[in-house]
Amino acid sequence: MKKAVTMAALCAAALVGQAHAQSRDQIRIVGSSTVYPFTTTVAERFAKAGKFKAPVVESTGTGGGMKLFCAGVGTQHPDLTNASRRMKKSEFDECGKNGVKDIFEIKVGFDGIAIAQSKTGPKFNLTLGQLWLALAKEVPEGNKDGGKLIPNPNKTWKDIDASFPAVKIEVLGPPPTSGTRDSFNELALEAGCDSFPSLKALAKSDAKKHKAVCQSIREDGAYVEAGENDNVIVQKLVANPNAVGVFGFSFLDQNKDKLYGHTINGIEPTFDTISSGKYPIARDMYVYVKKAHVGVVPGIAEFVAEYTASRAMGKRGYLVGKGLVPLPDDEFKKVNDAAKTMTNLSM
Amino acid sequence: MTDARPAFIPSERQRALVARGIRRRRRAERRFQAYGIAAIVFAVSMLALLLVSVAGQGWSAFLQTNITLEVALPKDEIDPDGKGAAAIREANFQAIVEDALFRKLGVSGRDDERLAAKMISAGSDAILRDRVLADPALVGKTVTIALPAHSDIDMAWKGHIRRGAPEQDRVVKDRQFQWLDALAKAGAVHTGFNWRFFSLGDSNEPELAGILGALTGSAYTMLVTLLLCFPIGVAAAIYLEEYAPKNRLTDLIEVNINNLAAVPSIVFGLLGLAVFLNFFGLPRSAPLVGGMVLSLLVLPTIIIATRASFKSVPPSIREAAYGLGASKMQVILHHVLPLAMPGILTGTIIGMAHALGETAPLLMIGMKAFIAAPPVSPLDPATALPAQVFIWADKPERGFQEKTAAAILVLLVFLVMMNALAVYLRRKFERRW
Repeated sequence: MKKAVTMAALCAAALVGQAHAQSRDQIRIVGSSTVYPFTTTVAERFAKAGKFKAPVVESTGTGGGMKLFCAGVGTQHPDLTNASRRMKKSEFDECGKNGVKDIFEIKVGFDGIAIAQSKTGPKFNLTLGQLWLALAKEVPEGNKDGGKLIPNPNKTWKDIDASFPAVKIEVLGPPPTSGTRDSFNELALEAGCDSFPSLKALAKSDAKKHKAVCQSIREDGAYVEAGENDNVIVQKLVANPNAVGVFGFSFLDQNKDKLYGHTINGIEPTFDTISSGKYPIARDMYVYVKKAHVGVVPGIAEFVAEYTASRAMGKRGYLVGKGLVPLPDDEFKKVNDAAKTMTNLSM
Repeated sequence: MTDARPAFIPSERQRALVARGIRRRRRAERRFQAYGIAAIVFAVSMLALLLVSVAGQGWSAFLQTNITLEVALPKDEIDPDGKGAAAIREANFQAIVEDALFRKLGVSGRDDERLAAKMISAGSDAILRDRVLADPALVGKTVTIALPAHSDIDMAWKGHIRRGAPEQDRVVKDRQFQWLDALAKAGAVHTGFNWRFFSLGDSNEPELAGILGALTGSAYTMLVTLLLCFPIGVAAAIYLEEYAPKNRLTDLIEVNINNLAAVPSIVFGLLGLAVFLNFFGLPRSAPLVGGMVLSLLVLPTIIIATRASFKSVPPSIREAAYGLGASKMQVILHHVLPLAMPGILTGTIIGMAHALGETAPLLMIGMKAFIAAPPVSPLDPATALPAQVFIWADKPERGFQEKTAAAILVLLVFLVMMNALAVYLRRKFERRW
């Protein structure tokens, strides 16, 4: 038995030693779950060409991905990270501190957040301010600017605007753990909140309170956290025509036969309005490349070339079939050109 | 002493009372048994329900619909200059396969072509390319090749997509159903065993997604776990049971081992992330690290089981061995350990079965990822079976639903095989006294 124990210990030690010396022949990618389906599709196509092994893609969330990506240079750290928002200055600095100085940024495309409803339900023309009034925990008294903040009294859409139908407010949306929720809070709720001048002024005087007021969602049952799975939300909306759903635009696109998207500030969610930046609740998606690993881990340059090729993220590329809202032509050309030289990101 | 007491003769009333009491006790006895039977029936029927629903959903994943096409391989399109493999690798097989499909279906026009291209798998071109690479003499000829149908068509052929539903509510359109019927009439649609499910790793396309990556990942993980925790666990248990002095320190160790058995598994995952990955710098997503983390989880179970089975070896055996002049080590290794082996193996297998189904610690060390290539060593990135179930359950495509159920079936078979091995070993080592 003693022999076996020493053997096992020796084996483990040998493996550990080997791991340190090991070099990688496979690209490692971490980051956002929103970008994950696009990156895995590119990874699979990339491997299908038969020259390189398929990259390993892990969905860790944007923030988690940045942490892993910025931890340092060397094959034990990932080569690329997906992000459903731009890299923050603080993350860039953290990267630099750990020696990750040369970073190449690929803007992949856009992801819109749809406010959708069953085709058999009522149709309205929302503004972000009205959306905030429907969902906020506390709203100004009388739904007017400058009013004292009171717990949200709005029960039906008619309470918010007299032109709306008297239908109960019932919104199905993502839980706080979701990246979609982060973007929704920031792009929809905060923007809607800031359409009230007195609340906007709060941002300067008391940023903490501003965030709490603007991004807190009511907890009286009008907003239902429907889980991470957008498919479930789609099914629930079809079953309940009066309910409104909040989810990624690609799911609206795939279910156009059953759902329509509400116009926000008069703009309908479509590929074009999201791509041109007119639709207000849309975010950019990025992939970041660690340039120090190019040439060390085989295939990174080729993978970037595949990702930025017009057959992938172009207007008629295969990623569009997976629900990507592609970049407008001029921006695509810029990204495509930049990918050839991999210019450094600076902040 | 002649005044013996008269024999006690119970009255009619007393006798009835006793009889009633006996009847009541018997009834209680029967009820007690009935509760037990009801519990067993409940448990068995729940298990049957689970198995039937999983097997019912998953069995069709072991079948794959294939479409047979006659594909012309023109030399001037594939390898005009006779360069061989290098040229074949670069050739546009997508167009070649689609041409053959369109010809077969008699399709023309951009919209129809786009719809028709979705009849066969997106991986068809790679399958054809590999076939040609394996036999370059095919260039310039026409091959008959069975290509996997697109997952949606596969679902429709298996009857999971109802034709009666309004066209806008289903992924397979009327035109595609017409083409499918025409192909079936021409004898080009076959359902065969889905060997790709057992020979490929993960994919974004349900018809190309396989379990091999997760299966080998799980196998490596279990192997590492067993190699680490069995010797360590047994050695620790032997020392604690046979040699350790009884004092505060050993008490503390014992209490901690028992506590460790109750620690939530995610905590071990966090420990693995902090120690194995961040401190020792071991590779992420590797079955080696997965096995190391899971062995921490299994260790307490093995130590507790080993100590219990050491205790259950009759003292007469030790005494007999000592009586013949055996040293303590000889007593343990020659007599107690072999007799305790069945118990140790039972504990090990319970721990290993627990580890096989564990997902939470694996998430922390990156074993839930998109990994297309199955691992060839414990240091390659890999997923494990439960993580693969988790990944597929999250996918929107209908085709992945049956893949999820099939992956659960594979996991259960893996578990049964592990248990069978343990039962066999236990029988082999079992001694009676």
